[in-house]
Amino acid sequence: MIKSNIKLLVLSFLLLISLKPLQSAEMVDPIKVDWSFKGLTGTFDRASLQRGFQVYKEVCASCHSMQYLSYRNLGEPGGPEFSEQEVKAIAASFEIEDGPDSQGEMFTRPGKPSDKFKSPYPNVQAATAANGGAYPPDMSVLVKARKGGANYIYSVLVGYEDPPPGVTLDDGVYYNKYMAGNKIKMPNNLMDGLVEYADGTESTVDQMAKDVTTFLAWAAEPELEERHKTGIKVIIYLVLLTILVYLSMKKIWSRIDSEV
Amino acid sequence: MSEHEYVPKSKAAKWFNDRLPLLTLGAHLTDYPTPKNLNYWWTFGGILTFCLITQIVTGIVLAMHYVAHADLAFASVEHIMRDVNYGWLIRYIHSNGASMFFLAVYIHIFRSLFYGSYKSPREVIWIIGLMIYLLMMAAAFMGYVLPWGQMSFWGATVITNLFSAIPLVGDSITTWLWGAYSVDNPTLNRFFSLHYLIPFLILGLVVLHIWALHVPGNNNPVGIDIKKPSKDTVPFHPYITIKDAFALLVFMIIFAGFVFFTPNVLGHSDNYIPANPLVTPAHIVPEWYLLPFYAILRSVPDKLGGVILMFSAIFILFVLPWLDTSKVRSAVFRPIYRQFFWILVIDVLMLGYVGAMPAEGIYLVLARVGTIYYFLHFIVVMPVVGYLEKTDPIPMSISEPVLSGGAEPSLARKVNDKV
Repeated sequence: MIKSNIKLLVLSFLLLISLKPLQSAEMVDPIKVDWSFKGLTGTFDRASLQRGFQVYKEVCASCHSMQYLSYRNLGEPGGPEFSEQEVKAIAASFEIEDGPDSQGEMFTRPGKPSDKFKSPYPNVQAATAANGGAYPPDMSVLVKARKGGANYIYSVLVGYEDPPPGVTLDDGVYYNKYMAGNKIKMPNNLMDGLVEYADGTESTVDQMAKDVTTFLAWAAEPELEERHKTGIKVIIYLVLLTILVYLSMKKIWSRIDSEV
Repeated sequence: MSEHEYVPKSKAAKWFNDRLPLLTLGAHLTDYPTPKNLNYWWTFGGILTFCLITQIVTGIVLAMHYVAHADLAFASVEHIMRDVNYGWLIRYIHSNGASMFFLAVYIHIFRSLFYGSYKSPREVIWIIGLMIYLLMMAAAFMGYVLPWGQMSFWGATVITNLFSAIPLVGDSITTWLWGAYSVDNPTLNRFFSLHYLIPFLILGLVVLHIWALHVPGNNNPVGIDIKKPSKDTVPFHPYITIKDAFALLVFMIIFAGFVFFTPNVLGHSDNYIPANPLVTPAHIVPEWYLLPFYAILRSVPDKLGGVILMFSAIFILFVLPWLDTSKVRSAVFRPIYRQFFWILVIDVLMLGYVGAMPAEGIYLVLARVGTIYYFLHFIVVMPVVGYLEKTDPIPMSISEPVLSGGAEPSLARKVNDKV
């Protein structure tokens, strides 16, 4: 009796959920990419992360900050895993403001691995003013901050199109198929051959978009690989313990004339 | 209490126990006669205790690293996620733990509704339970504000603004709650303080909840009063402890699945955008466990009316023991009420679903129908069905389900099947 009721319950709930497409007709679903970091055992593609960092550094970083990351993160396990020397060299290539010194003056020095990623603008207002009134969002957790996650970020990067007839765009506004409202203030910055990949990979727009999205996915969830690995161990442990406890329970309850 | 007085074996233990009878309490808890026919829906009390302890322990650790300041809160959460050892794990357990806590409490409440556990003589257990549930909602709401993301800020704005609907003093009360003229740093600070306080209030109420439970003892799937201890009962330890442990482990597997593999699926992506008072999110939605009430709130075109209805939806549960007129506790023996019970479950799920949708068109209609039915269930269906319904025959005891009316040996088996 209860079972058939639950069936009815599930059925009516499914019916209800099928109403959902009514809601958002004008939004285009993001492209589904088969990311290596998807799924229970997903890991990041090391080479793609390193290439993605290059795209970020040479293209995105001129407008977007990543203030919650430190240069040392680039060498940590589960990330791009640059060598210690490479991380030091990357950090040293940035001039970081420090201070005040004993004279009370601020000064600049080459970056150290412990420094946070240098932001392109001193504050949000400066960033907004320099970009036509649209603040380029900090990219540290961007993948987690957008519905659709990595698929959405990738889709926007490759989603630039000429506006359909009848749509007029103001100066500094671009048409993007996947952006909410289809209007975006970020120009299409990716074009074939824009960066010269150190590993010789051909830098097509699609390749760069995938690499930089992978990099951003790691930046948002640097713990992802450790989380997946630990998770599998935890679940195996819990399942084994559950079986043992289940058998103990059966044994204990066999002393009396009642079922568990 | 068990029938024989507990006497400690050693002299030292006896000396101590005479002064503070902790050992007697321990003996009572282990011997506590429990109906032997409890099904797995009864394991959620133990699971909820586990959830509370988990939230308190992870919460205390998080509070060591979190900074309750409007300019620093978001960054401090990222610091926890990136720089604190296993900070990501502790935070994901805490944030998903809230959802698991509510999942368990909803099952616990609906179990009580199905088997009539709120009825005499257990009204006080039920009312304390509802107070715990209210405090849980307050704690969860304030906890969601702490990361100071967009949903934190705007959720806090929407909920605190509800109080401005109160005639005459509404605006003053809202300002008083905020500690400012909008949701701002003082609001965040006090929410953090209260978020730390409430779990300990809940812990106190849990002690009272269990104390009140141990007076009449557990209800059971058959819903009849049983002699304790008797053939119908088993000692709490080891029979119930091992069964609770098994159920808890299954629950923990699901919990771990969320924490390790989809830690953000139950949250809203907008909460990873730092709070911005100048940008309102397209859809402001609360966490899933508050959605049915959010749907009721928005189903009324008038703000004050919506607020009153939303609070009534919770407070009506406090008088439930007196709205239910049936003499039979368990829905197993109530063929009509049983159907209405499942309709209520569907109704609440539907309200939760439309609560997540924009309040327009078909969703608004569904929210209104759902709200009206929710109240009809408690105000009309429960008293009337309880009065008119012809219940099935009830067994005399769990072990020997002899009929109260005529003799019909086959019913013993039928009852067991149903349970």
